[in-house]
Amino acid sequence: MKTRSRLEKVLNAGLFAVTAECGPPKGSNLSVLEKKAGFLKGRVDAVNVTDNQTAIVRMSSLAACSILKGLGHEPVLQMVTRDRNRIALQSDLFGAYALGISNVLCLTGDHHSFGNQKQALGVFDLDSIQLVRTVKDMRDEGRIIGGDEIDDPPKMFIGAAANPFADPVGFRVARLAKKIEAGADFIQTQCVFNLHRFDEFMRQAREAGLTEKVKILAGITPLKNAGMARYMATQVAGMDVPEELIKRISGVPEGNQAAEGIKIAAETISRVREIKGVAGIHLMAIEWEEKVPEILEQAGLASRPQV
Amino acid sequence: MIVAERKPIEEIKRMLEGYPSVLVVGCDSCVAECAAGGHRETQLLAAALQLAFGKEGKSPVITEACIDRQCVDDFIESIASLVPEHAAILSLGCGAGVQALARVYSDKPVFPALDTLFIGETEMRGIWQENCLGCGQCKLGYFGAVCPVTRCSKRLMNGPCGGSKDGRCEVNPDIRCGWQMIIDRLEALGELARLSEYIPPVDWSTSHSGGPRRVVREDQLP
Repeated sequence: MKTRSRLEKVLNAGLFAVTAECGPPKGSNLSVLEKKAGFLKGRVDAVNVTDNQTAIVRMSSLAACSILKGLGHEPVLQMVTRDRNRIALQSDLFGAYALGISNVLCLTGDHHSFGNQKQALGVFDLDSIQLVRTVKDMRDEGRIIGGDEIDDPPKMFIGAAANPFADPVGFRVARLAKKIEAGADFIQTQCVFNLHRFDEFMRQAREAGLTEKVKILAGITPLKNAGMARYMATQVAGMDVPEELIKRISGVPEGNQAAEGIKIAAETISRVREIKGVAGIHLMAIEWEEKVPEILEQAGLASRPQV
Repeated sequence: MIVAERKPIEEIKRMLEGYPSVLVVGCDSCVAECAAGGHRETQLLAAALQLAFGKEGKSPVITEACIDRQCVDDFIESIASLVPEHAAILSLGCGAGVQALARVYSDKPVFPALDTLFIGETEMRGIWQENCLGCGQCKLGYFGAVCPVTRCSKRLMNGPCGGSKDGRCEVNPDIRCGWQMIIDRLEALGELARLSEYIPPVDWSTSHSGGPRRVVREDQLP
């Protein structure tokens, strides 16, 4: 074990891991977090806390992680390089570890032109892969960028993202390899809707020997209705929602579309579980955390193992 | 070259309000190439200002001049005889030109007629593309002569983000994905393997992040 992360324990034990995403509130309202935490309690191995997702200002990921930790959750601190330079990122990593946080997901982040602060200066001092390496050097060498020694280095279980559906498709596995080489211990993928393409990505990853080196968690997002399916297909960067899926959810009456979306999510989970090299799932129920228990029950993942 | 665009006439007019005479100075280098501040544009702007002020019953003296390079003292001094008889200077140079005029003619108010945009190239007539941020440590050799610092909206150094689609950037489909361009070019050159190398954090101290930069060369000093 490299860290005291519970997620690392679950994955190292070869158990099928379940993580879920939790978006912090657009303000300081603690009760929103408490409510979401309640839906996820006992259902997941770790909770990812998004970092100003889609460049919309929300409660800081670090603060929300600490609050969730206090509520008995195992947080995964999402960190984007869009808003903070290397001084701030490294400082937050020290703070996060001191607060008992042992997992970090290193991301570049959605461009600020998507959010509600379009006039902001995009920082991008580091990219996501450089952040992965930075966190690894902190843990394994006890040093920050530039070589200064750390007094009690943060020991983080290091995550990175992969998008099997983005272009240039031919470079996606090479980029995954680069993230692993930089120090990623686990990978959480973009939402899987196109199972065919995901299967192909995993095949290439296995062939390159990458599934031996890293734990891959397949991203799952339940569709609330046909409108959301179409929106994800056309308006969200890096998303691949096949036409047949849009047809399927459009084909049921409006009142039943949510149930159909949950059914699709549960089916997708069962399908990705059969793919060799998939070590778990990462459930991103966007502002729909209350449905996580139902989705997991339908997928046969009702409870989590004790480790 | 430096690419710029002319400001709206209303904004220019507001800056010049109240001055009885204005010397409008073009620059026949970069900003002439991008059709923003050369000889022709200087003439057009001077006439447009005359007309705009005239509509309000005002008739400031507007004189036009165009010099080869507004960023070099030898050229700036060629208009020295015109400056004293004008109350203000309106520059159609880039930001460097405006500031150089203000340094040389330190007792005159100098105003910008252009918004200076970027270092770029003329892709074709009417299209200019940004392709250099002047980071001070050229890395084009790693990337098939396509700059990720400039051409990637997130300045990524280790490959494309998850928002690249059909060769286009997630920020705007009008923007080409810089990383798609890098990969395409290296693939065509048979040098794609270059990209497996990890590129460490950029040293931004040589960019503007280190403060305004200055080059001093002993061998060139008078």
